[in-house]
Amino acid sequence: MNSKLPDAEVLISQLAKEMKPYVSANTGLIGIHTGGVWVASRIHKILGISLPLGEIDVSFYRDDYSKRGLNHTVRPSSISFDVENKEIILIDDVLNSGRTARAAINEVFDHGRPNRVLLGILLDRGERQLPIRANFTAKNISVEKHKKISLEQKNDGLLTFSIRTENEKNEPTAR
Amino acid sequence: MRKMNPQLDRHGHLHHFLTTEYLPKDILLHILNVAESFLPVNKREVKKVPLLRGKTVFNLFFEASTRTRTTFEIAAKRLSADVINVNISTSAQVKGESLLDTVSNLSAMHADMFVVRHAESGAPFLIAKHAAPHIHVINAGDGSHAHPTQALLDMYTIRHFKKKFEGLQVAIVGDVKNSRVARSQIHALNILGVNEIRVIAPKTLLPIAVEKLGVSVYHDMEQGLKDADVVIMLRLQKERMKGIYLPSSQEFYNTYGLTPSKLSAAKSDVIVMHPGPINRGVEIDSFVADGNSSVILPQVTFGIAVRMAVMSILTGQSK
Repeated sequence: MNSKLPDAEVLISQLAKEMKPYVSANTGLIGIHTGGVWVASRIHKILGISLPLGEIDVSFYRDDYSKRGLNHTVRPSSISFDVENKEIILIDDVLNSGRTARAAINEVFDHGRPNRVLLGILLDRGERQLPIRANFTAKNISVEKHKKISLEQKNDGLLTFSIRTENEKNEPTAR
Repeated sequence: MRKMNPQLDRHGHLHHFLTTEYLPKDILLHILNVAESFLPVNKREVKKVPLLRGKTVFNLFFEASTRTRTTFEIAAKRLSADVINVNISTSAQVKGESLLDTVSNLSAMHADMFVVRHAESGAPFLIAKHAAPHIHVINAGDGSHAHPTQALLDMYTIRHFKKKFEGLQVAIVGDVKNSRVARSQIHALNILGVNEIRVIAPKTLLPIAVEKLGVSVYHDMEQGLKDADVVIMLRLQKERMKGIYLPSSQEFYNTYGLTPSKLSAAKSDVIVMHPGPINRGVEIDSFVADGNSSVILPQVTFGIAVRMAVMSILTGQSK
């Protein structure tokens, strides 16, 4: 199972390369908590984006709040630049149902009216439940439905993917 | 303790918020953490999130209040709830309807949450006990018993400025006897684990056996404020300024009013808090209330975020 998982660090370089032609002084990068913020922070540095990095926690915009309640690890969203008329690129680690991206887009619009919102992701595992598509995708991957892929940050700062069956502990993975 | 607590559901989740007493520390910390995430919402272009969309919140204030009712109303509206302020003084209660009949009628209007202030201690508990199971009740102050959201916004303020609770000396000054705020603060401070809670007041303004709440008792300001990290002033209610409790408000000010000179006994980075409304020249001097140590206005701002946190935690665990 582990051998199927790609190297997150390689994918970050690929994603940055793919995004580069679209980046200008008007580009604002916003990472979606938690994995998306790690990825966005790397890309922000690689592409030398001048506007400060934004972070979004979509807990207050999730559509499953009435069923599952508030996320216990909710963090403050922080966008310190004015999103009005900006070219926003949202960054997440994995795109699946599209519900997180939907929530993030809604939150961005509560900060102002951007000129355009694009979406960049490391892994697209398909199985969309909403009409949402990423503009930049480092890799497509197919995994069984009940498996959850998540990004982790190791002590040395390197990012790595891990996979687990829902409600099970992470299987450790080689990077 | 969890099983017996009327505020918690069978999973140990907060269903009503009635008192800080006996609440587990992790629940109090969760409220503070969620409040921290709501704080930036109040500074945005659109000061709203959709969490309580479609929910109906009734503000039932059987006792006058401006600040608390307004901040609850703002909190509910910023969560996208529909808010109904029931004006009790002109309502059916005046015509003789019982408290529980009023609640039953509002429940029949498909209420999701009651925010209750009442002059009688225990009234929100009674409402919580009789309300339909899907309804959440928040105590916005009952008699001299509890005011848990005020206490939690005070805890938020302390954590915001001091970064931790461990090791802090907290002094609470004034009319502890009649203060629901002080009771809720003392419970919360004990649960969150500050080093020492001191109450400073004349004997007439302290409840009997107050030390059983887990506080040290002082009757002298200089001794009580020595090396304090946090000073919480309580409002001296006008009706208590004369007669059996105190000789006069001037006398109280001379002995217990917080002046720059009395405050100098505390640590140099002390913060001064007050639940409001403040009586300048009675319990606090204007130089202190408006001075560098005062965090009275940040308290009000944090109050909105804390009330948003409590409301969203309650309704998010209704299933």
